[in-house]
Amino acid sequence: MSTEYNPRELLICVAARLMEDGTTAFIGTGIPMLAAALAQKLHAPNLVTVFEFGGTGAILEELPLAVGEERTFHRALSATGICDTMETAQRGFIEYGFLGGAQIDPYGNLNSTVIGDHARPKARLPGSGGANDVGSHCWRTIAIMQHDARRFVPKVDFITTPGYLTGPGAREAAGLPPGTGPYRVVSSLALMGFDDETKRMKLLAVHPGVTVEQVIQNTGFELLLADRIEQTPPPTDEELRLLREEIDPHHLYI
Amino acid sequence: MHVVESGIGPLIQPPDMNAFREWNRKHKTKALVDKLMSEQEAVARFMFDGAYIGTELYGTVRCPMSLIREVIRQGYKDLRVAGQGVMELDILLATGRVRALDITYIGNEVYGISANLRREVESGRVQQVVEWSNGGITWRFKAAAMGVPFIPVRSMLGTDTLKYSAAKVVECPFTGEKVALLPALILDVGFIHVHRADRYGNCQIDGIAGFATEMARACKRLIVSAEEIIPTDEIRQRPDRTVIPYYLVDAVVHAPFGSHPGEMCYVYRRDEELIREWVKEMEQPDTAQAYLQKYVYGPKNHDEYMDLVGRDCLESLRYRKGGER
Repeated sequence: MSTEYNPRELLICVAARLMEDGTTAFIGTGIPMLAAALAQKLHAPNLVTVFEFGGTGAILEELPLAVGEERTFHRALSATGICDTMETAQRGFIEYGFLGGAQIDPYGNLNSTVIGDHARPKARLPGSGGANDVGSHCWRTIAIMQHDARRFVPKVDFITTPGYLTGPGAREAAGLPPGTGPYRVVSSLALMGFDDETKRMKLLAVHPGVTVEQVIQNTGFELLLADRIEQTPPPTDEELRLLREEIDPHHLYI
Repeated sequence: MHVVESGIGPLIQPPDMNAFREWNRKHKTKALVDKLMSEQEAVARFMFDGAYIGTELYGTVRCPMSLIREVIRQGYKDLRVAGQGVMELDILLATGRVRALDITYIGNEVYGISANLRREVESGRVQQVVEWSNGGITWRFKAAAMGVPFIPVRSMLGTDTLKYSAAKVVECPFTGEKVALLPALILDVGFIHVHRADRYGNCQIDGIAGFATEMARACKRLIVSAEEIIPTDEIRQRPDRTVIPYYLVDAVVHAPFGSHPGEMCYVYRRDEELIREWVKEMEQPDTAQAYLQKYVYGPKNHDEYMDLVGRDCLESLRYRKGGER
């Protein structure tokens, strides 16, 4: 029996396990930063973090609170600017990109711009920021989402960041670089991927204590199911210790 | 070149590169002129109602807060803003004087959504909202910096971000693939806070440069504030460190702790307590106005602002020597 944990800690651990050693990942504020810090301390010491305002290869000893602050290039390998990082992504150097949003649809399109109509929105959200660029250029994007039917919707109110748009071939037809697109969705309930043929979201694994039925009920569209649905292993004692004692000792995020 | 798709957003600031060249010839002095002045003088000389303005870097990081507080104090209205920002654009929106936004991100990062952005856009007080990505808006500055009217990029394609922008999609004349063309963005007035500058406006930045190099080259008028004013001899000893050369700069303002309550890399950390106060006060319109009254209108200038916050309090935010925390 492992230690108790909260939903956020689980999300961080699942995201961290997806980060590979020796590769590049575009990191935004929040959960992706904690996940990257955890991955660096466990299986991916040579994970090269890229922060959009110019920090590449930071060692995440302390958590950054902003995507441009000093900790995003603490003991980094280079400190340049936003043109450099975005152009590096555009040239195909960045493997993973982490994203979030208020809404996601079956094709992994994300909305972080408006709820309702653009001209007179019900809620004005922050806007794309770097998300559209990350979703356009990184080889594989991973979305991190709270899982409920208001967020997992058949059609997002506004496509801020491209997923597979309207389905197979749509990204390429729009002019986006071939071979790029959504790879995983890590939610508070489950881990999802995308079907190779239809490009629709597919349930791969449920988190501890969550049933497939619960995931389906909390998803506002038809979710494809993998032939075999795995169980997400719970956070290990070591993952939790690192998170609580070393990565976020002041509990800013967890 | 065949235009496949056009964003429906208005082009808030058209890219007239010939006029920009003329401007740079006539209004940007190439002589080494002492440009050191107070923030009141700098803002009064170069700002005007209806100006299209932009700030760099990113909200709490090397953010020209002292200059923006002065812009608010002097009461300019009908502002058009290139919107990538956190605190500085949030407090500007709180004044209700922003009319048009080329927006990529306005929010409070870890503290969530900007209540001022919501109020101003949802009420329609901001009359034009045109969408871009962070890369997109930076590349628009880069196009202006290059002196060309647009730049081809592969961001924004296939999305509503492009549909509600003023970008165009064309077929690349070389490959036939679709590519997005972003119009060059020329600011009427730009605001940048740097680590060091001399009196002529040669600037050094430590750490990441964000989009300072591009934006500095895309401004008709550029007001720089600096933590430290240094002799030109120091600039000449390390010319490779000059990211913004003097001829781009119209005014130099000495502003120690100019990014407060934000941070300045290697110099001081952000003031978490005051940032939390800002976020909380901005939630409701009346407390937002009280915040402006206390921190913007109350002090007459940046010096009085520093007195209000407390010199000891500011000093306590400084990193120890050598950049250690």
